[in-house]
Amino acid sequence: MWEYTDKVKEHFLNPRNVGEIENPDGIGEVGSLSCGDALKLTFKLDEAKQKIIDAKFKTFGCASAIASSSALTEMIKGLSLEEAAKITNEDIADYLGSLPKEKMHCSVMGREALESAIANYRGVALPMAEGELVCECFGVTDLEIKRAIEESNLRTVEEVTNFTKAGGGCGKCVDRIQELINEVRKTGKPKIIPMTGPKRLTNIQKIKMIEDVFEREVRPTLKKDGGDVELLDVDGDYVIVSLRGSCASCSKSQTTLKEYIEKKLREQVLDTLIVEESKI
Amino acid sequence: MSATDGIIYMDNNATTMVAPEVLEAMLPYFSQLYGNPSSMHTFGGQVGRAVRTARGQIAELINAEPEEIIFTSCGTESDSTAILAALQAQPEKRHIVTTRVEHPAVKNLCRGLDSLTGHKHRITELPVESDGTLDLQRYEDSLSDETSIVSVMWANNETGVIFPIEEMAKIAKNRGILFHTDAVQAVGKIPIDLSTVPVDFLSMSGHKLHAPKGIGVLYVRKRTPFVPFLIGGHQEHGRRGGTENVASLIGLGKACELSARHIVKENTTVRALRDKLEKGLLEKIPNALLNGHKTQRLPNTANVSFEYVEGEAILLHMDRFGICASSGSACTSGSLEPSHVLRAMGVPFTAAHGSIRYSLSVYNNEDEVDFVLDKMPGIIANLRQMSPFWQNK
Repeated sequence: MWEYTDKVKEHFLNPRNVGEIENPDGIGEVGSLSCGDALKLTFKLDEAKQKIIDAKFKTFGCASAIASSSALTEMIKGLSLEEAAKITNEDIADYLGSLPKEKMHCSVMGREALESAIANYRGVALPMAEGELVCECFGVTDLEIKRAIEESNLRTVEEVTNFTKAGGGCGKCVDRIQELINEVRKTGKPKIIPMTGPKRLTNIQKIKMIEDVFEREVRPTLKKDGGDVELLDVDGDYVIVSLRGSCASCSKSQTTLKEYIEKKLREQVLDTLIVEESKI
Repeated sequence: MSATDGIIYMDNNATTMVAPEVLEAMLPYFSQLYGNPSSMHTFGGQVGRAVRTARGQIAELINAEPEEIIFTSCGTESDSTAILAALQAQPEKRHIVTTRVEHPAVKNLCRGLDSLTGHKHRITELPVESDGTLDLQRYEDSLSDETSIVSVMWANNETGVIFPIEEMAKIAKNRGILFHTDAVQAVGKIPIDLSTVPVDFLSMSGHKLHAPKGIGVLYVRKRTPFVPFLIGGHQEHGRRGGTENVASLIGLGKACELSARHIVKENTTVRALRDKLEKGLLEKIPNALLNGHKTQRLPNTANVSFEYVEGEAILLHMDRFGICASSGSACTSGSLEPSHVLRAMGVPFTAAHGSIRYSLSVYNNEDEVDFVLDKMPGIIANLRQMSPFWQNK
């Protein structure tokens, strides 16, 4: 028998937010019947499309999978998408007190469903599925394994199996998993794998694409209200802009910056971009 | 209030309650009759006599000779002893025939033989049909001059499916091949007569038939080549070293004596309860499937799959009502894949993860079956309404 915390048991026996939202803003589906667990997450945003006002789940799986799903929906309600996107599987496990180590993959499934739902809302593809398939039994890619190794500081094949299920079936891929562990460990400082975007863009490419979005969509919209925007610089993920005209003195300029300009750029250029106003 | 209050125990293929008569028979051997049965003095000697009585009671249940009974610590030790004895006694033969649905005690031993012994072995794991039965022609075809031993369970622990051991043992005997059967689940539930079933080795385990855990038996037919597994003193006529687990083996003797009576009840009362439970579950719950052959099965076992829900979640909801059972789901096995038995039978994934094994005993009653039948539909419906694969029809 698994040693579940009281909170896991409570969320399993009285799960919150079971069901499916009609006309949701985001849908995330992960897992499958053959894998033994699957989760369908739906969420609804408020009218300003800023905050998650409702979230529901349907889960096929064991007690910890159901409890993790229930916890996830409770955790994301009231959060902005940016805040929600920062939730890790460890956060879900912490919310529940803890999970048995063999069950950590249940919390990973929760995190993956959330990412998938946010990506669905933003209309972008998740890159994790694009990696090289390592575990055929559970359909886990090298990108997913490397990310788990980095984020949860995994050191053994067994730990990787507990977190991602990879290697838990026929066992054919355990050597490859060990290679991935060695690879990640050797690089010392964990390398951040981009959340989205199939390839890394150079700064020049980014600038070109950002200018393009500004010309086509952003500037015409701002100009309607007597404002304007100018791209000053791009440094990694940071996009430095200067607001002009009526925008410069507008009390809602931060909202314009984050909720409109940043969102447009994330949708059309790169999901990790952060837009900031020049301090000069 | 005792720990068993409010408990409905339907997990008897996992372990059983020690029968009150068994416990009573054992108690003096902890406190008063603590002598070593090998001792020369009268005090130990009387314990030796009790050991002989127990050996006789066990032999009688399976219609064997007392000297063919070797006490071990568990079913797993019995399995290891039999298979390794056959291999060591016939070093020129390195082929083993077994099945894909064996207990890990046999399956994992066979799969690990090469690294254990340093010799290469060929292992044939016979497939099973979708109802869990074996194809006898395929079995016969798999035997060769290289075959050292056949190891096939008498009855499957998960589904209760009974294999035709008499026929299979005869086929092996005609070819001069040793035959071992893991009868841990069969002894005490169905009649076993080794005067007509020519097996060379048979494993049994005390705690599956209302004796305590930690005592097992290996039956070794007279004149069967044998090499001991535990090397030590002269106990068990030099066939298994180590001081006898006296109290437990006396308990097992008593349990075998009780079993001779219980076996009728197992095949009448218990079977009727099992049938009622099984029929009720299949009728009351949609998308419920029986795993295993309908009739060629132990009288106490019902393995039912509830599609689109997961076994551990089902068990934990049953646990709230004090109902104890098992599941073949991945999450309960501690591995990530569902039971190797159900997979060998080709049970679809929609059903394999949601399998529940109910295993009854003579200590169950009809009220308990009714209670389980009352609670299960709600449990399954509750989990299904949160399953993304379940569409309310």
